[in-house]
Amino acid sequence: MNKNNTSTTQTHTRRTFLTRFWLLLGLAALAELVWVAVSFVKPKKQKQTAATPSIITAGPVDSFDLGSVTAFPRGRFYLARLENGGFLALSRECTHLGCTVPWVEEENRFVCPCHASTFDIKGVVTNPPAPRPLDIFPVTIENDVVMVDVSEAVERKRFEVGQVVRGY
Amino acid sequence: MSSERPDIDHSNFLKRLWRSFTIAPLVPEDDRERKRTVLNTLVLHLHPPTVPMATIRYTHTWGLGGMGLVLFLLLASTGLLLMFTYEPAPGQAYGSILKLKGHFLFGKFVRNIHHWSANAFIVVALLHMLRVFFTGGHREPRQFNWILGLCLLLFVLFSNFTGYLLPWDQMAYWAITIMTSMLAYIPLAGNWLQEILRGGGEIGPATLVNFYTLHTTLLPILFVIFMPWHFWRVRKAGGVVLPKAEGGAGEDNPERVHTIPYLVVKEFAVALTLIAAIFLLSIFVNAPLQEMANPGMSPNPAKAPWYFLGFQELLMHFHPLFAVFVIPVLTGILMILLPYFRYGSDGIGTWFISKRGRRMAVISAAAAMIFTPGAVILDEYLIDLQKWLPGLPPEISNGLVPFVMLLAVVTGYYFYLKRKYESTKAEITQAVFIFLLTSFIVLTIIGVWFRGEGMKLVWPGG
Repeated sequence: MNKNNTSTTQTHTRRTFLTRFWLLLGLAALAELVWVAVSFVKPKKQKQTAATPSIITAGPVDSFDLGSVTAFPRGRFYLARLENGGFLALSRECTHLGCTVPWVEEENRFVCPCHASTFDIKGVVTNPPAPRPLDIFPVTIENDVVMVDVSEAVERKRFEVGQVVRGY
Repeated sequence: MSSERPDIDHSNFLKRLWRSFTIAPLVPEDDRERKRTVLNTLVLHLHPPTVPMATIRYTHTWGLGGMGLVLFLLLASTGLLLMFTYEPAPGQAYGSILKLKGHFLFGKFVRNIHHWSANAFIVVALLHMLRVFFTGGHREPRQFNWILGLCLLLFVLFSNFTGYLLPWDQMAYWAITIMTSMLAYIPLAGNWLQEILRGGGEIGPATLVNFYTLHTTLLPILFVIFMPWHFWRVRKAGGVVLPKAEGGAGEDNPERVHTIPYLVVKEFAVALTLIAAIFLLSIFVNAPLQEMANPGMSPNPAKAPWYFLGFQELLMHFHPLFAVFVIPVLTGILMILLPYFRYGSDGIGTWFISKRGRRMAVISAAAAMIFTPGAVILDEYLIDLQKWLPGLPPEISNGLVPFVMLLAVVTGYYFYLKRKYESTKAEITQAVFIFLLTSFIVLTIIGVWFRGEGMKLVWPGG
């Protein structure tokens, strides 16, 4: 009886071990499958960066009026010139849910058509639900010509004076 | 003539070919024989040979589950036709739809059938879920089938969502932009999920290929696996839910009739009526198609498809973290747990459980119809938590704070009901469910008809 009992436990452990081993192998195979599937749907980054130029020449500094906003559809941004003469390149994508935000000249602000968020000329939220200011692109001014690097939008939590680029 | 051998088949080749293709029919002599014959037919893989008489009454189930199957078949067959003409690339997709509408025989009609069946599928699936819930069909022993049903509902919604992008018009492009942007608000995995679904940082060729593959391959396969599973569990549970009658003819011992012809005739009647209705609608009302997608210009107002407008309305009032993650996830968990509360078997199979249950249901629906529009109007014109609580991040001031307020209202309502009516757990769960459901329906109605330009509240048509 006793002997019998030990032998059953032994087979039992061996069987349990093998079952668990198979299970482990199965899970490993599943993980590999998921990995492969994910790599298939994952974005192919190289293609995108090669297709679009990253530096856009906006134009000479003096061609932008103080307090004006100019759209650059090719670069998907707005070039805003503040009253103090500084420049900000604002992404046209609403920070709420990605709609394209038009500049409404008469109201002097950006109004999102999707969920009624509004932003002032600095891209700061004046009416929620947008959770943060419009993203910005790095601006450089060389020989009084404004250039914008549109390769990657920069997220920001709030407006800071350091974000504004001035030519002098 | 007499020289013809009786053991040789003298009919012509075609007849013999046909006979070899079909199986010689068994001719049933009596009920017993008929029973055995029908057991071997395809229909009876799904249905038992006999069903309780009370379950084939049309108003017992409204035929909603069967309608779902019919719509799936309509969608699969028209979808197959559409696949022959559609080109899943941003440059060609829109043009291929125009070509389908203009140059193919019944092209417009087939597209219309697909469109209206897809929309009807959502409505039918939701109504089916409500029918099951309000007659206690989710309770023991049918809990797991409720979960299978929830999976199917998810597939219906996801199929509609993935199909929405394919025409590549303005409506499609911006609705999908909004909805995939929502994903980014999911903590930790959000950005990753969004990139996977879009196939990149923004909506483009990769997104279209992803959506096309999900819509035409993965989701249909899931349907084909889950639907028979769902039906099989209905049969395993002994058919659809029935009230326990006092006279003994209840769920355990109901009066039964033969599935063929009594049930099958009714199923065919429902199927044919539904198909006729969808065809009529498709003749007279065209599926919408706006201008080709333009990433530079969002239409005003930009709205999600109608079945997601309840969520879009939530977005107007809560920080996206709560509107697209916390509230939907909690709702989902609650829906999964719903059949596992210990209700007992009182009122199973009876609409709204009992007389008191019915009364509480009506009161809950009315309460939600007053509370929800009131809350929406207050939040639109009066409450501005982000300004009132300037020190807090928007996740708290515009998210957690109104969410806790909402929870307080629902909890308060729960305890009010508990004190006022000494009701059972099933009745009170049902009442709270109806309160939340009606609120969501009201939000959807507001989203569809009461939101105009700039998503401001407007009077419809005014």
